[in-house]
Amino acid sequence: MGESIVITSGKGGVGKTTTTANLGTALALMGKKVCLVDTDIGLRNLDVVMGLENRIIYDIVDVIQERCRLKQALIKDKRFEDLSLLPAAQTSDKSDLTPEGMVTIVQELKQDYDYILIDCPAGIEQGYKNAVAGADKAIVVTTPEKSSVRDADRIIGLLEQEDVEPPRLIVNRIRNHMVQNGDMLDVDEIVTILSIDLLGIVADDDEVIKASNHGEPVAFQPNTKAALAYRNISRRILGESVPLLSLEENKSFVSKVKRFFGIRS
Amino acid sequence: MSTKKQVVTIKGTKDGLTLHIDDTCSFHDVLFELDRKISGNYVDEDQPMITVNIQLGNRYLNEEQKEELREVIRRHNKLVIDEIHSNVITKDEAQEWEIDRAVNPIFKVIRSGQVLEVRGDLLLVGDVNPGGKIVATGNIYVMGNLRGIAHAGVNGNTKAVIAASYMKPNQLRIADFLSRSPDYDEAEGAYMECGYVDDKEEKIIIDRLQLLTQKRPELAGVERSMLNG
Repeated sequence: MGESIVITSGKGGVGKTTTTANLGTALALMGKKVCLVDTDIGLRNLDVVMGLENRIIYDIVDVIQERCRLKQALIKDKRFEDLSLLPAAQTSDKSDLTPEGMVTIVQELKQDYDYILIDCPAGIEQGYKNAVAGADKAIVVTTPEKSSVRDADRIIGLLEQEDVEPPRLIVNRIRNHMVQNGDMLDVDEIVTILSIDLLGIVADDDEVIKASNHGEPVAFQPNTKAALAYRNISRRILGESVPLLSLEENKSFVSKVKRFFGIRS
Repeated sequence: MSTKKQVVTIKGTKDGLTLHIDDTCSFHDVLFELDRKISGNYVDEDQPMITVNIQLGNRYLNEEQKEELREVIRRHNKLVIDEIHSNVITKDEAQEWEIDRAVNPIFKVIRSGQVLEVRGDLLLVGDVNPGGKIVATGNIYVMGNLRGIAHAGVNGNTKAVIAASYMKPNQLRIADFLSRSPDYDEAEGAYMECGYVDDKEEKIIIDRLQLLTQKRPELAGVERSMLNG
């Protein structure tokens, strides 16, 4: 019996889909059976980020409306046998999905998969309610911006009313130089305001955008910073305790450079 | 019908008249006696208005009866009723009192979009995040960070105060008063602060928590419940 995790944020564009794709990839890399579920009906992206767009035949709405069986709608990833995607419908709208329908689908997926990652649409309306309905756990993604933290706070408040475990936080797109200049909220500040457990942080990295444009989640790359961050997060999801990559890592990078120059001179 | 005890006793004080009304006789007798008593007293046309205090003792009067009492006194045009005092209140009223002066401890983080409303005083152990709102008919004490909106004395009690371990609110409201953080001057917020309405300046003042005992000494005492009632 697997567990289902919804990845949500309230605000749009903070990296829910990217996070879902990368965590799925990272968990699959660790040998887990993972299914990604896109619930952003009408604005699906997860298939694009995963590079599986042209393999879609049936989608989640087809499953709900019983035009196909669940197994038929699942798309196997190109790279991993154990990673699947249940795509959202592009032509219907959010009301075609119901919380009850989601619960049924997630329950069925739990039989076959270790982790079901549910990509939530932005907002707090029907789409959000659908996505959360089937979830056991929740991950809230935020960026170090006030507006995004505000929305994350709202979402956490709403999640507290749902039947899910206390959500955990991922701070995405941290720009270290801005944090150090005091132009960006730092992680501690965000965690203090939101007062939930921090699951991980991901630095802003051009590679993430590059990779998702290629339909290859960045987590697949061996040693980019973001890939490492996502792999660390997935290890924490598995229950390992992994120290934060955080700013110390960056400091040590700086000190490495310094040391490097020190040796040369 | 000469009774041993006077039903209505009139006493003159420097603030006007005080009518002591015996609390053992019937209400009908009271009205009758009162009418007789004050009609008997000659009042000069040129005299200023006289304020009247009524002491009911251990007699309970409902609103209708109080109105009748007022009516009797109003008939004599030089008399103005100031207050009607009674030693007794109904159980319901007492329970209302109890609720209004109770301190309600709540352990929670009030997040953006959430509103917490209580009757009486609010003791919040937790934060109020930006966009969150707490409302109380009495005072508000926040053991945590107050970053959202706090509204104390919502039914018009300007004596209410707001105290917080860390004060950086979007807005503070007390009764009908409102204050918000300055637009510029990225204030850092402050630890151990309180907000109260200053009587002279008629606006909300935010100050160190230590000053609260000077500004609202009644908060600490037992008699505070009486004042609130």
